Amino acid sequence: MATPHPLIDADWHQVLLYRPQGPVTVGQFLSEAMSLADRLTEPSAQRPGLHPFVVNICQDQYHFMVGFVAIILAGKTNILPANDTPAALSQLMAGEPHALCLHDRKAFAPPYPHMIYPASTNVPLRTPSKPNLDSAQIVARVFTSGSTGLPVAHDKSWGKLVAAVQAGAQRMGLDTRPMNLVGTVPPQHMFGFESLVLLCLISGCPLWSGRPFYPADIAAALNAVPEPRMLVTTPFHLKALLDAHLPLPKIERLLLATAPLSRALAERAEAATGAALFEIYGCTETGQIASRRTTQSEDWALLPGVRLSPAPANLGEHLFIAQGSTIKTPTVLADRIQMQPDGRFNLLGRTADQVNIAGKRSALSYLTAQLKAIPGVIDGVFFLPDAPPTQAINRLCALVVSPTLSLQEILSALRERLDAVFLPRPLIGVAHLPYTASGKLPQATLHSVLAAHLARTSPLPATWHIGGDHPAFSGHFPGYPLLPGALLLDWVIEQAAAEWQVPSTELGIEQAKFLLPVRPGALIRLILAPIAAPVAASIAASAATHRSFSVLVDEAVVASGMLRHRSPV
Amino acid sequence: MPDTTQALIDELAQLITEGLNLDINPKEIDADAPLFGQGLGLDSIDILEIAMLISKRYGFALRSDDTDNTRIFSSLRHLATHIAAHRST
Repeated sequence: MATPHPLIDADWHQVLLYRPQGPVTVGQFLSEAMSLADRLTEPSAQRPGLHPFVVNICQDQYHFMVGFVAIILAGKTNILPANDTPAALSQLMAGEPHALCLHDRKAFAPPYPHMIYPASTNVPLRTPSKPNLDSAQIVARVFTSGSTGLPVAHDKSWGKLVAAVQAGAQRMGLDTRPMNLVGTVPPQHMFGFESLVLLCLISGCPLWSGRPFYPADIAAALNAVPEPRMLVTTPFHLKALLDAHLPLPKIERLLLATAPLSRALAERAEAATGAALFEIYGCTETGQIASRRTTQSEDWALLPGVRLSPAPANLGEHLFIAQGSTIKTPTVLADRIQMQPDGRFNLLGRTADQVNIAGKRSALSYLTAQLKAIPGVIDGVFFLPDAPPTQAINRLCALVVSPTLSLQEILSALRERLDAVFLPRPLIGVAHLPYTASGKLPQATLHSVLAAHLARTSPLPATWHIGGDHPAFSGHFPGYPLLPGALLLDWVIEQAAAEWQVPSTELGIEQAKFLLPVRPGALIRLILAPIAAPVAASIAASAATHRSFSVLVDEAVVASGMLRHRSPV
Repeated sequence: MPDTTQALIDELAQLITEGLNLDINPKEIDADAPLFGQGLGLDSIDILEIAMLISKRYGFALRSDDTDNTRIFSSLRHLATHIAAHRST
């Protein structure tokens, strides 16, 4: 039995949003949304016919919010695309022939029905009754990456969204003390949609209209709203903000999602801001389902109304189905999970196909399908390398087989189809993929193709020409001068320290083998490479702290072994 | 002062390729090509990392409400000009 829920749960004169030009009350906001709703229902040459769906790609949070509510008031459904590159939008619009695209981009003239967000006009203040929505009404359609390469749509009903957001708000104490929200995440993705758009509409938390990006922007946005403040962000933006050491105003709550946060960073964030930090766990299909206070516990506590039950064993170990009053369709979670006796749970890691790059999720099978769909590409595969030691963000890598296209052409085609964070770095052209006899592509093999590529293309190979007059050769040994192994290892450490930009005192040689003597006049060359996963497991080494090294003279390996950094670099 | 700008462009090319671990020789970066999209192909994650590198090296913070923000990242040359005008170190 459907029950009505208010679309905006706040009083008429209450502030709903803060804009650079000043606060906007519920009354002003609704008047503007109703005016836009009128325009959305009248057909024009640009957008003939009826449009039951409106793709809302407005970038300004205020435009998005007015658009979101106007679309609902016009009796239509918001489509929130996961990816708004031109090709992704064209594909989406082609699949929804009755959709209209609402945007706030300048110089954007796509070939499908579209409407630019109206420039600010003085909308007369109306005094309608506050709108209520049927709880079963579908207000938004969101997407996940399907493994076939086609996005999968998920419809969100107002009642389920309200239930999930209220449960989250209660967990963070926002039901009794609403806070002013500043967000760095897009409103079209589930985290921003629930934790900015819906917290604002449902839980009376006024929202800052901008989407700050640089640390200085975030600090300015926080200063632009009154206390109490809540910052909704990702681990990536939070780390950048803390590293910038800017003066920040008092923050009561930090809310993070998209990628698990380390306890150390959470502690640092709480110490620097005075905020209580919460993390939200969920996915596009289910919305938010659990939270944790990261500085207090590693375990996640389910939101009221959500339960997890083991998935059928044939799907894999440690997989669970989430269902409950806030979830429309029971969903197998993409993370492997360990349930605790008290009902809390631990995340064990993502299933092998799932990737998370700087907080954005996709599936390797989806990315691979997109690569193979490019005309001229015969075969290809995406994979996730071990994290390189000097980079905070681990990037994807792809192998591609194409006799007709250049790598640049393939990258351009991918850029049209994928969010830029998923573009391969590097994209490696190969004659054929390294399939096993059973037609598989083992991770270790893919990693070794990458390691060989990096060794080949390393722009500045560390080399050392050892002159015959080097003092080490005198007396070492008479008549048969050799470079002492200790000297060679010192050189390896020095080069690795320079490459990783760490003090050489923090590096140690874990293993070393000397295979051939190094004679006077040799030109030696160093190659550092990630260690293969099976090797890492067998010696309890970590990809974050260990690198294998090879010292070459011409193409012969004269020494090899493993380097260790004291802490992850 | 074109020489100073050129020196800064070279320094930035080095800073960016090393900081982002790009598979490219810094000397091959076209100072007038776009940094985003079709040019060097950087994305918003890179831009934030570059902003961190710039604030550490040159002692000032980038802001997106700088009126000419799109211009700043439109090429290495524009980025260098912006840094030259705002650097404190």
